[in-house]
Amino acid sequence: MLTVNRYKCCYCGACVAVCPTCSLELVETWLEVSAECKECGLCTKICPVGALEVEA
Amino acid sequence: MKCDLIVVGGGPGGSMAAKTAASAGLKVVMLEKRQEIGDPVRCAEGVSMKGLNRMVKPEPKWISSVVKGARIYAPDGKRVVMSESSSGNGYILERKVFDRGLAMQAAQAGAKVLVKTRALGLLRKDGAISGVSALRIGEPLQIEAPLIIGADGVESKVGRWAGIDTTLKLPDIESCAQFLVHDASIDDEYTEFFLGNSIAPSGYVWSFPKGEKLANIGLGIQGSRSKPGEAVRLLRQFMKTRFPNGKVVEMVVGGDPCSGPIDSAIADGVMLVGDAAHQTDPFTGGGILNAMQAGIIAGEVAAEAITACDVSRSGLKEYDDRWKEDIGKIIAKSFQLKEFFVKLTDKDLNHLIGSMAKEDMSKMDLAGMLRVLFRLNPKLLWGLKSLII
Ligand SMILES: Cc1cc2nc3c(=O)[nH]c(=O)nc-3n(C[C@H](O)[C@H](O)[C@H](O)COP(=O)(O)OP(=O)(O)OC[C@H]3O[C@@H](n4cnc5c(N)ncnc54)[C@H](O)[C@@H]3O)c2cc1C
Ligand code: SF4
Ligand code: SF4
Repeated sequence: MLTVNRYKCCYCGACVAVCPTCSLELVETWLEVSAECKECGLCTKICPVGALEVEA
Repeated sequence: MKCDLIVVGGGPGGSMAAKTAASAGLKVVMLEKRQEIGDPVRCAEGVSMKGLNRMVKPEPKWISSVVKGARIYAPDGKRVVMSESSSGNGYILERKVFDRGLAMQAAQAGAKVLVKTRALGLLRKDGAISGVSALRIGEPLQIEAPLIIGADGVESKVGRWAGIDTTLKLPDIESCAQFLVHDASIDDEYTEFFLGNSIAPSGYVWSFPKGEKLANIGLGIQGSRSKPGEAVRLLRQFMKTRFPNGKVVEMVVGGDPCSGPIDSAIADGVMLVGDAAHQTDPFTGGGILNAMQAGIIAGEVAAEAITACDVSRSGLKEYDDRWKEDIGKIIAKSFQLKEFFVKLTDKDLNHLIGSMAKEDMSKMDLAGMLRVLFRLNPKLLWGLKSLII
């Protein structure tokens, strides 16, 4: 599962830009993850603050 | 609600599109999901003075400082100093004020600006685009219009909704972090760039002064060389070695597209502008002026297309033709430059900057510097021959 650490996220939208399944939505100051997420982890790599993690 | 044109996104690209189209007589609605336009900032705020003045008359309150030139540091600390006086100086903006100022100009030209209003998807009637569904301060809102401009930034969805795949691959986006720093050693008149694969892999560190010893100090690294939290970690490391006493008063993070020009920024009833269309300069990362320029072109084409009652892909083709001819050519060149420079080792970078030690760079801009570099290092830079000469 993809988890968002809201205490770390600075709501910049970089992760949204790289998601190949369009599963992320930035709603002003928080991220929503939809059920289409394939847990590929691309978004975790681009995040400048490390707010995203794919957990087993 | 009904109008001629909906602009999604109230950044520089969206505001210039809305202003241009409204001035040409269209009924325009601009949606911005944030409650405050321009905040939080995702930018180092540097633009060329000449480039900005060509498009708008800057208000003094938009500008934090004026810079005279740039210093570029090799990994070994050797540096080259460039003056931008031949191509005009640079502004470091105050984007919170600047972005809102441009949105004000759009509103004054007649556009209706809706803040805290997020586009959720495109409406369609008989297969054709007929508007946008949105959430305005938490309440559903449908806006009808035959034409949409997607100026929704790096996280753009409008293109993807309309069938233009704007998903960025990791090598085509820079992961960035920046602090607003107060430090006595900051030079208020020069921008600084620090190169090196250990400080910013396939990217660079920048310091853009905002006056009174304040500067935006940040870095970007190529997405393919990033890992979770890497940009912030590297920036902290840089601060420790270079500005150990620097006081951080603000933090910025973001993604900056560097993909080169996309094949097409149009679909039936849709045009994409700015970061949404990857119109950032892939070499420098600068995207404000390109977004504004594309916004102006899109606004003009929108007015023509609505008057001609043809918002189909072919009716909007002029937009693709014009932005490609204008900013597109430079973006394509810059992409090739970037592809070349991201592969350089620290040894190459030291060699290149060192080679300029005896040259007078004081009156040179980036293009001039590249020509000198090529003359001094033909072997290393042979791959760039067609771009430089
Ligand atoms: C760290 C960093 C440093 C940079 N430094 C520079 C620099 O020094 N100089 C320079 O020229 N460029 C710089 N850039 C690039 C520059 O910030 C962008 O290119 C520029 O902001 C693009 O303008 P835009 O109008 O296309 O998009 P944006 O300014 O990103 O505006 C898009 C707007 O759309 C809104 N939006 C998104 N989705 C929706 C939706 N569904 N509904 C409603 N609204 C929506 C967003 O909230 C946002 O306000 C930098 C970028 C980064 C990340
Ligand atoms: S990239 Fe990271 S900081 Fe930016 S919006 Fe996504 S999770 Fe938040
Ligand atoms: S893990 Fe992959 S599919 Fe899931 S949100 Fe991140 S990028 Fe998208």
